[in-house]
Amino acid sequence: MTGQSRSRLARLFEPPSVEDQSPAGKVVTYLLLFVWSLVVLVPLYWALITSFEGGGEVDNGPFYLPFVDFKPSLEAWNFMLLENNTLGPYLNSVVVALGSTVLALLIGTLAAYALVRITFQVKLAAVALFLILLVAVIAAVAMFGVPWEIAVGVALALFLLGLITLVGRTRLAVGNSDIEFWIISNRIMPPIVAVLPIYVMFQQLRMLDTQAALIATYTAVNLPIVVWLTRDFFAGIPLDLEESAEIDGASKFRVFFTIALPLVRSGLVATFLLVLILAWNEYLLALFLSNAKAQTMPVLVSAQNTTRGPQWWNMCVLIVVMIAPVVVISSVLQKHIARGLLVGAVKG
Amino acid sequence: MTTTATTGIDAAPRLSWGEWVDRRSGGLMVMPAVIVLLCFAIFTLIISAYLSLSRFALAQGGFSLRFIGLANFRKLLTGSQQYHLLGKFGTPGIVLWLVLSAFAALLVWLLARYLSRRPTVLGTLGRLVSAALALSLATIAVVTFAAGGVPGTVITTLLYVVVGVTAQFGLGLGLALLCGRPIRGRNFFRVLFFIPLMVTPVGIAYTFRMLADMQKGPFAPLLRAFGISEWSWATEAWSARLMVLIGDTWQWTPFMFIVLLAAIENQPRDQVEAARLDGANGWQIFRDITWPAIAPVAATVVLIRLIEAFKIVDLPNVLTGGGPGLATESMTLHAFIAWRTQDLGGSAAVGYMLLFISTVACVSFFNFVVHPARRFEA
Repeated sequence: MTGQSRSRLARLFEPPSVEDQSPAGKVVTYLLLFVWSLVVLVPLYWALITSFEGGGEVDNGPFYLPFVDFKPSLEAWNFMLLENNTLGPYLNSVVVALGSTVLALLIGTLAAYALVRITFQVKLAAVALFLILLVAVIAAVAMFGVPWEIAVGVALALFLLGLITLVGRTRLAVGNSDIEFWIISNRIMPPIVAVLPIYVMFQQLRMLDTQAALIATYTAVNLPIVVWLTRDFFAGIPLDLEESAEIDGASKFRVFFTIALPLVRSGLVATFLLVLILAWNEYLLALFLSNAKAQTMPVLVSAQNTTRGPQWWNMCVLIVVMIAPVVVISSVLQKHIARGLLVGAVKG
Repeated sequence: MTTTATTGIDAAPRLSWGEWVDRRSGGLMVMPAVIVLLCFAIFTLIISAYLSLSRFALAQGGFSLRFIGLANFRKLLTGSQQYHLLGKFGTPGIVLWLVLSAFAALLVWLLARYLSRRPTVLGTLGRLVSAALALSLATIAVVTFAAGGVPGTVITTLLYVVVGVTAQFGLGLGLALLCGRPIRGRNFFRVLFFIPLMVTPVGIAYTFRMLADMQKGPFAPLLRAFGISEWSWATEAWSARLMVLIGDTWQWTPFMFIVLLAAIENQPRDQVEAARLDGANGWQIFRDITWPAIAPVAATVVLIRLIEAFKIVDLPNVLTGGGPGLATESMTLHAFIAWRTQDLGGSAAVGYMLLFISTVACVSFFNFVVHPARRFEA
């Protein structure tokens, strides 16, 4: 096919070069992308403008453009931010999300690093013994009213006795991949299964409705994701750097904090963001574990559904202030997220 | 406690504190994670199991738990709560029976194929469990979707998982392919399309309730023009389920999109260009180059999404409150409602059944889809 024989129409459907696409294809591509952009933006736009509509206006039918078909007012913003106590839950959300994310990242990366670099051999018999004793302790405390201090003490003694006498003679052991699989598979557990016992546990510890309880729970819930995503970053860094540091006499912990962690910076950023978003938006656990003092934003938002019907304008203010910071942070760190998730997903 | 690193065998008779820490570093590094998970996963699972086997009652100055065996499960599977969990059974017609038997035949054929090639005991057992669960869920789905039947929370959850994840994957892949083309402003679209993932599901639920408002929503004039503004999506089972699915898809499509786009950008460019020079069309390039390159990633993102999809609760709770009737109630919401009515045993039993279904589904997906997809790459 030569250049001269091309008709105008054919040129419309043929790419000018191998790296490009045909003009018609381009139009279709941009059109589809534009449509999806609308799908993404319309709900966000609607939430934003509704937050500027005062109480009465929402009821008077749909308004689309501020200044054109309705007069924007800061009534809802004033009410939610100054008069209503929004700052408390907002601060709770910030503290809980940041605190749990940092903790999960610290604990999770330590575990992921150790699982990548050090060979573990845990006797299966020890694990089985431990689980049996745990069940026995819980059964004894719950069903027969044995004081828990005594039960735990007896179980611990039995466990050590078993470790010394029996476990050493068995062969079967679980290795690194088994431990890893166990840690990651914890994510499959639906939170609803765990939330009742966690509720009772914190009730016994008198920690219900505190930030600490939420931080601890979120850390546990997000730990598997951290291990899952970061292990591949650690597996990807060359061994020699760490080895030479160890020959120079640095301890494993020192190597981890000064060499390994800085090398996986971009993966850490991605993991940090993902876990932060999950903790920031978490609803079910917060619903159980917090009620007034430690209330987080998602619970506050859902509580706007009053008996007089939802107060749309107030709710939209909350939604906007909840989304804004995460959107800004994520947009800035966008590149890291994709790369981080990709590494986790390829090797997972 | 339960972990001992091989590096931790004491050789020297006397060790300083620092040396001991260094020798035990492997165990010490994993220990915090293990302890946290023991407290929040293993411990809670055992307590939950105990709760699911007992009846909870408020008593003077606290509560009492009475061990009642499997009564909670029996109540849910065959007793008074069967309509809630499994649904009301109808009478399926001949077509539905045919579909079901075709599905059963497929499962048997897959099992037979596996058994004809060097089967292992564990592999056979796992496949039997997966097949049994798949068949019973399919049967329940067929029977409750049939005339006169009403699906319960198990089937609703399954619907959210299957339809939702499929839609999200399809849309995410399509958008990623579009963005993977040589276009301008790819980073702009990437940032924009990512935003829904960050919106709290509760916020999404309320926003979509506003958008779908028949009188005051943005589409109200349009609906009025069609003369359906009196109709309400919240009163019909299928339209309410569709709303939940739309909200869920709006939120999670970005996740699929962002990872698949990264995978597409990662694929060997020279192969694509060579194929194009040889005159391959778009579909051929996708089938023979792009898809094999991104299949492992695709399988893994679907797995991640699958794990999370079973836990859906915030959207149906806020969007429809589980209604109309039980139409949009997911299993987590079912357990939550049971908890609110002081039926702790029933709540734990529903939670346990969700745990069983999602574990079998996710592990099966990992073994039968993700694993082969990765081997295929290597």
